[in-house]
Amino acid sequence: MKNSFAVAQLVILEMYRRKDFYVLYFLTVLITGLMGSVNFFNDPKVARYLKEICLALIWICGAFIAIATTARQIPAERESRTIFPLMAKPITRGQVLFGKFLGCWVATCLCLVAFYLFFGIVAAAKEHDWPVGIYFQAWSLHCVMLGVVIGMTLLGSLVLSSVAANITLSVVITAGILFVGRHLNKVAAQMSETAGAMVSGLYYAIPHLELFDVRDLIVHNWPLIGWSIWGIAVVYALVYAGMLVLASWLVFRRKSFQ
Amino acid sequence: MKTNRAFVLLGVLLLVVCTGLAASLDRWFMGWQGNRAKNFNPLNVAIGDGQKIFAGQFYRKADVYFHSGMYPSIFDNNASFKTAHIGEDAGATGSKNQGDEANYLGKSHDIVEQFSRNFFPSHHTHLDEGGVAGELGDKSDVREILPWLKIAQELDPEEPLTYTVTAYWLRSRMNKPHEAERLLREGLKALPDHPALQFELGRIYFENQKDSARARNIWEHAVKSWQKQEGVKADPDTFILEQILTHLAKLEEEAGNLPLAISYWEQAKVYARKPDVIQQRIDELAPRKLVPNGPP
Repeated sequence: MKNSFAVAQLVILEMYRRKDFYVLYFLTVLITGLMGSVNFFNDPKVARYLKEICLALIWICGAFIAIATTARQIPAERESRTIFPLMAKPITRGQVLFGKFLGCWVATCLCLVAFYLFFGIVAAAKEHDWPVGIYFQAWSLHCVMLGVVIGMTLLGSLVLSSVAANITLSVVITAGILFVGRHLNKVAAQMSETAGAMVSGLYYAIPHLELFDVRDLIVHNWPLIGWSIWGIAVVYALVYAGMLVLASWLVFRRKSFQ
Repeated sequence: MKTNRAFVLLGVLLLVVCTGLAASLDRWFMGWQGNRAKNFNPLNVAIGDGQKIFAGQFYRKADVYFHSGMYPSIFDNNASFKTAHIGEDAGATGSKNQGDEANYLGKSHDIVEQFSRNFFPSHHTHLDEGGVAGELGDKSDVREILPWLKIAQELDPEEPLTYTVTAYWLRSRMNKPHEAERLLREGLKALPDHPALQFELGRIYFENQKDSARARNIWEHAVKSWQKQEGVKADPDTFILEQILTHLAKLEEEAGNLPLAISYWEQAKVYARKPDVIQQRIDELAPRKLVPNGPP
């Protein structure tokens, strides 16, 4: 575990040094600020559109940070040949892989803390309210959802030939699940028996990332999700993320770097 | 040194030529008959009439906000959401909605679907009735639909429904009749003499400013506008005419002009979906017509 933490620490340091997060954060602040300055019929209390725009930007930036950071971890080590001195150290491949996963995940969650803090300030400035409970639920669900995405991207970085292909595929799969994942069972019900069974199987097999998208609840000031429901969702995501890391390890332990 | 100077001079020359060419092309483009752009708005130049599709989407978005995010997707049964509720409740358009709007999701098909309903808005509410908080909620939260209506209006300034719906919510729930009037006058510049806009403008004078004389003039003009614009069509939109005539009848009732009020009710009855209700009103007024200054 100690070795994995050391690798994770390096990933976090790398994220700290890179400009990606700062640029995305600045853009989010700039666009939200500009949208917030728009006057609609002389009513300064209009807030929900701004919350929606800000959260949409946070979700786009979060996904970008998670996927882009994870996709280049292993390929970058291979290209710069630093994977060999790393493997020569008393550390197993599993520890390296888990460290990479943990580093990407923690770094992304830390970025999300900064983003959600900004969101909270924007919402409080407009609505004079600070519902910490629902913000915590939204942040934590967002984090565990990105844990699944990071696991998926890590697996992609081991099986796909290029970083670009991995990023593209990860974005397509994530967006696909977020947009239509919830409705696959309804689509299956309209199809023929064989095709319907296949789509239905897909519906049960995919990680339902859309469950963790509670933006509508925050934007429209809905009450808290029950904590037991929240807990089940967190466990569900952690299990999926764990399975993806396990699959990555199965590939990684037999991978040749020559 | 000489080479550098030559490059700089060449760069300046190219810049001047490009600017001149762009200026002459722009002049030609603005005079060209195939030019879809009506103004210098870059969005208008880029997508032209495609803006109307986006405007429709933003109008729907306003309705989504009206329901605090609870809205059917294209995969759900949207029979009860065919007509946007913001327009229906504003009385700006006839309704094509059928079925139970509160239960469009139906029974959940599986455990995943049942579980997922905890993570998105799944209770039917209207912002003007307090939204998520119900009776305890702030009814002026309906203001949240305004940004999307404003964008819809900017994208498609020739859609009368956007003006009338926005004006209704501005004046009726947010107590902003001046903003509503300004918006409608802006709409009348894009759609001169449009009866629906004139009708809504008349309502501002009648209901908010209590200026019956001005409201009467505007509504009478609206009837003429309707006859000019819709009356000549094979399948005219009678919904707005019925609304104008009904309101004119109410105005004349309040003013004590009962014969005129009955005349308007009679005209409205022709287009009404429930003519028996109007006939009942006529029957109530008819005896009073004979008694000058009778009880209201």
